[in-house]
Amino acid sequence: MSDAVLTDAQVADFRALAGMIIPASAQYGVPGADDPVIFADIVGSVGRDHGAVVAALARAAEVAGGAVAGLDAAGKAAVVATLQGEAGAMGVLVRLVLLCYYRDDRVMVSLGLEPRAPFPKGHVLEQGDWSLLDPVKARKPFWRAAP
Amino acid sequence: MLDKVDVLIIGSGASGAAVAWSLAETKMRIVCLEQGDWMKPSDFPSNGKDYEARLYGDFATSPNIRKRKSDYPINDDNSPIKVVNFNAVGGSTVMYTAHYPRLHPSDFRVKSLDGVADDWPVDYATLEPFFAENDRMMGVSGMAGDPAYPSHQPPMPPLPLGKSGQTMARAMNKLGWHWWPSDTTIATTEYDGRAPCINLGHCTPACAQGAKASTDITYWPHAIRAGVELRTNCRVSRIETGPDGMARGVLYFDKDGVEVFQPAEVVIVAANGVGTPRLLLNSASGKNPNGLANSSGLVGKNLMFHPWANIYGYVPEAMDGHRGPPLCLWSQEFYETDLSRGFVRGYNLQFNRGIGVASEAVQTTSVGLVPWGSGHHDGFRRLMGRRMSVGCCTEDLPEEHNRVTLDPVLKDGNGIPAPKIDYTISENTRLMTDHAVARGKEILAAAGAVDVGVIRPVAYGGWHLLGTARMGEDPARSVVNPWGRCHDVKNLFIVDGSIFVTSGGVNPTSTIQALALYIADQMKQRLATLFD
Repeated sequence: MSDAVLTDAQVADFRALAGMIIPASAQYGVPGADDPVIFADIVGSVGRDHGAVVAALARAAEVAGGAVAGLDAAGKAAVVATLQGEAGAMGVLVRLVLLCYYRDDRVMVSLGLEPRAPFPKGHVLEQGDWSLLDPVKARKPFWRAAP
Repeated sequence: MLDKVDVLIIGSGASGAAVAWSLAETKMRIVCLEQGDWMKPSDFPSNGKDYEARLYGDFATSPNIRKRKSDYPINDDNSPIKVVNFNAVGGSTVMYTAHYPRLHPSDFRVKSLDGVADDWPVDYATLEPFFAENDRMMGVSGMAGDPAYPSHQPPMPPLPLGKSGQTMARAMNKLGWHWWPSDTTIATTEYDGRAPCINLGHCTPACAQGAKASTDITYWPHAIRAGVELRTNCRVSRIETGPDGMARGVLYFDKDGVEVFQPAEVVIVAANGVGTPRLLLNSASGKNPNGLANSSGLVGKNLMFHPWANIYGYVPEAMDGHRGPPLCLWSQEFYETDLSRGFVRGYNLQFNRGIGVASEAVQTTSVGLVPWGSGHHDGFRRLMGRRMSVGCCTEDLPEEHNRVTLDPVLKDGNGIPAPKIDYTISENTRLMTDHAVARGKEILAAAGAVDVGVIRPVAYGGWHLLGTARMGEDPARSVVNPWGRCHDVKNLFIVDGSIFVTSGGVNPTSTIQALALYIADQMKQRLATLFD
């Protein structure tokens, strides 16, 4: 993990962006990515992506013409419309938000998934219908003999 | 100076472990030097809820991103395909997807059959007993009777089809195309101390269950019990030669960063298709100014990667998603040459079960399938768990301009010059990929998939590192002879993927290990005349 930290202004802009990328949903009963617990996970996970995150925040501030956090709803929407689809540093920032959001217990439960690590419980996989293989078994060998 | 050993092996991965185990029965003093350390299953990603995020950090596939102490940097800026590997006891078998096809008989005779590249100096029939021995040692699951291959019997039953496998199978049957449950090195029953797979679904970055075979849990326990010494955190910087041109031993940096000379009667290099040419080039001397064992000038040349494409889409029903090993089926329908397709040689198709929830969110958002903002939740829930994808592994033919050299500036943590990759995708491979992508789309359409997308080439898809110290009869056209001994240095052997003459169109680990066992067997048969 990098020792580099974000400034308060960068954290505020980052949180505003996170909430615009994934807002809360009353329909699904899930928090947004700016939720205190989720956003703390995001900021705590910046680590080796610090440089890219700082660059992405600078790009967002450039588009916003100042602090993203200080914009009204319409201003934020305009920023999102410009930034969405940008790759590079912005892609790293978005990836970080998504990776942390989609491991939050509340989000996982809302998706119908158990909020847990894969190990040690694992998962059940149905064996399936092996008779599907019958027509392939009926084929003659078709590998090429070599001289 | 350390005591002289009989055999010194560089690298403990797929081939180094196999050759160490095989030679152990000779009771010679055998030492293996590994630049990484033993991995602990409790440290593997699937132990934690952050398991998907670690693919972008300490379990990234690229050493340039991962940056563990055991990694060395690779300048792959001049290549559309980036090198991926892992450095630890077990090498890249710790981080692979355990797909385990063999090369086909035709892969060893591409010149005779198709008039391109060169034939190998060994053939499938010669390697067959070593394939079988390796299947037993690694523990392979699969099903006998595949009409695309000569008959062989994997020791364990295949992975379950699951929902994803059945959907793909129905699509393939609709098209009338070949498919078969993959040979994998994932244990489906208890096997040689390994627990069976419990469908953690995150196989590539190491298996916390220990069901996936990596050589740290297959070959190495047996080799160590048989007397082989494995030294970890030891990075070899160069192979030293004497006035007679024979290898005297190696210089390496130990775990404390102290450079040590280890003398040896025989040196075996098992450092993969990038690490091996790097070491040989770094072993240049006044007598060998272009690198060791390089009188042919071919050390580092003819790098083959298997350029990869991935075709994905989303079906209406929920599939297995993150539950279960990602790869379950293969198709060899388009493997053998058919010139009416517009290219020579062929490719293997792999069917992927699905990916984790967070990874799905990253991928669907990055390509615009799922938006930011208020539409995010509906968009994601529409696609989550419904992904199907087809990977195509195209045969990469050898071309000398595709190569590994030494970077003039970049160095690893011990100050050893790093490798540099120069690589372009050939026109034949481009045409082959066009064909494969079109077939992949047909398969997905037959499965009822929509929102189909294509990734080509898969940038971080340089898993298969082949051809950079090719084998052959002619010292002017090859680096090692037909049984792995360097033409130029009669006590220096190479056993990894760098000795491949051509790449075939399938994952190479099974063949790499069979070749290593074959070379070890040849050495054992020739012990009295090994240096003649």
